[in-house]
Amino acid sequence: MTSHWSSRLLPLIGPLLLFLLWQLAVSAQWLNPVLLPSPLETLGFMFQSFSEPSMRTDIASTLYRTLAAFAFAAAVGVPLGVILGSSEKVYRSLEFLIDFFRSTPSSALIPLFMLIFGISDANKIAIAAFAAVLVILFNSAYGVMNAKKTRLMAAKVMGISRWHIFKDILLMESLAQTFVGLRTGVSIALVIVIVAEMFIGSENGLGHRIIDAQQVFNIKDMYASILITGALGYLLNLAFLLIEKKTVHWSSQA
Amino acid sequence: MTQALSLAPALDKPQVPGAAPRADTHVTIRGLSKAFAGQPLYTDLDLDLPRGKIVSTFGPNGCGKSTLMNMIAGLMPMDKGEILFDGKTLAQTKIGYVFQNYRDALFPWMSARANIAYPLVRQGMSKADANARVDELTQMFDIRFDLNRYPYELSGGQQQTVCIMRALAPRPEVMFLDEPFSALDFEMTLFIRDKLQEVQLATGVTMLIVSHDLEDAVFLADEILLLTRRPTQIAEIVPFDLPRPRGAEIMSHPEFVRVKAHTLEVFRREMAL
Repeated sequence: MTSHWSSRLLPLIGPLLLFLLWQLAVSAQWLNPVLLPSPLETLGFMFQSFSEPSMRTDIASTLYRTLAAFAFAAAVGVPLGVILGSSEKVYRSLEFLIDFFRSTPSSALIPLFMLIFGISDANKIAIAAFAAVLVILFNSAYGVMNAKKTRLMAAKVMGISRWHIFKDILLMESLAQTFVGLRTGVSIALVIVIVAEMFIGSENGLGHRIIDAQQVFNIKDMYASILITGALGYLLNLAFLLIEKKTVHWSSQA
Repeated sequence: MTQALSLAPALDKPQVPGAAPRADTHVTIRGLSKAFAGQPLYTDLDLDLPRGKIVSTFGPNGCGKSTLMNMIAGLMPMDKGEILFDGKTLAQTKIGYVFQNYRDALFPWMSARANIAYPLVRQGMSKADANARVDELTQMFDIRFDLNRYPYELSGGQQQTVCIMRALAPRPEVMFLDEPFSALDFEMTLFIRDKLQEVQLATGVTMLIVSHDLEDAVFLADEILLLTRRPTQIAEIVPFDLPRPRGAEIMSHPEFVRVKAHTLEVFRREMAL
C-alpha cells in the first residue's frame, strides 16, 4: 500500500524541488527580487489572472491560432505524406527539399511571410502551419515506407488489389508514425505561434502578453504567462498522446 | 561448370526437362532459373509437386529453400521458367501462405477474427458468409481462445494458428508454409503439427513446407525434397509414407528413424561436397 502510494507521488517530486529551489533563490536573494517574484506570489497571480478577460482572450487567441495552423498542416501533410511515401521514387526526388526546409528554422521565414501576408492573423497561422506541415508530412511518408514487408506480401498472396492494399494496409501501417508527426507538429505550431505573436504586430495572444509584460516590467504577469504557455504545450501533447493510445492501440505492442 | 558432374552419382533427377508430369501432379515447375548478382542459384530446374500431399523442403543454409517457395507463390520474380498449377497460372489459382514471422504477417489493427475473414471479405464474400467460414475454421481447429482479441493479445502459438486459419479461409488449392514452427515452443509445435495434418486430411490441400529443422521436415512430409548447396539442384526426393494422423510417438518409429537417418546422410554428403 505505502509503496503504491509513494510511487504514485513520484512525479510530483520534480516540480516540488523546482519550487523549493525557486523559493530558496528568492529567500536567499540570489537574484534581484524585482526580477524574480516568489513562486507562491507567481502562482497566486496566475490563478487570479484566469478571471481577467484579457488573459482569457490571450489564451483563446493562442490556442485558436495553434489549432488552426495545426489543422491546415494536418489536412495537407498527412495525405501528401502518404502519397509521397507510397512511391519511393517520388519521395526520393523531393527528399532534399523536405529535409532542407525541415532543417531551416521557420522563424527565419517570418519576414518573408510578413511580405506575403502582411501583419495579419493569417500570417501567424500560415507560418506556424508551414513549420508543422513538413514534420507531419515526412513522418506520414516514413510510416508508409516502413510498412512491414511481410504484411504486404501476405496481402499480395491473398490477391488483394493495389487500392485495397493502400487503403487497408499502408494507411493503417502509417498511422503510428503519423501520430508521432501530429504530436510533434502541434508542438512546433505552438512554438511558432508564440514567436509570431511576439514579433509580428499582435493585439493578443500569450506571446504578445509575455513580451508586453516584459516591456512594462510587469514581471509577475510575465512569469504567469510563461507558465500558462508551458501548461498549454503540455496539455496539447497529453491530449494527443491519449488520442494516439486510443486510435493506434497496437503501436506499442506490434 | 562442374556442379552437375560432381553431383552426378547422388543426382537422381526426377524428370528430363519438358517431360510430362507425374500422374498425380498438382504443381509443375519447368526450366526455372534464378540468379542473384550474376551468381546462379537455380538453373533450369524441373520439379513436380504431388496433389494433396505435404512436401517438406530441406537443404543447407543459403540453398534457396525459401526463394524457391517464394517464386512458386509469386512473391519473388524468377528469371526464367514456367510454373503451372493444374495447367493454370498463379493468377488463376488460390493459394495460401503462412509466414515464419506471424507477428509481422497479421494485421494488428484488426481482431483475430477480422484477420481471418479479411481475404474473404476482400474477395467479395458477404459478412455473414465470411463469419460462417471463420466459425467453421474455429471448429476445425478446436479454438478455445477469444477470436475477438487483437493479435498482440494472443500468444505466439495462437497468433500462428490465426495465420494458418487466415491462409486456409479462402479454401486454397496450394498452401505454402515458410518455417512455420521456428518461432514456436515445442508444445505449440506439436499442436500445430496435429492441426495441419487434420486440415490436410480434411481438405486435401497440397502443402509445401520449408523447414530448417530436420525432424519437423520429416515428421509432416509425404515427400522430403532435399536440395543441394548452391547452385542448387534436387539432391533427392525421399518418400515417407507412415499413415496419418501421425502423433508425436512416431518419432521413435523405425521407419521415421530410418528416413531421418537417410535424409541426414544425404544432407551430410551435400555439405561435404
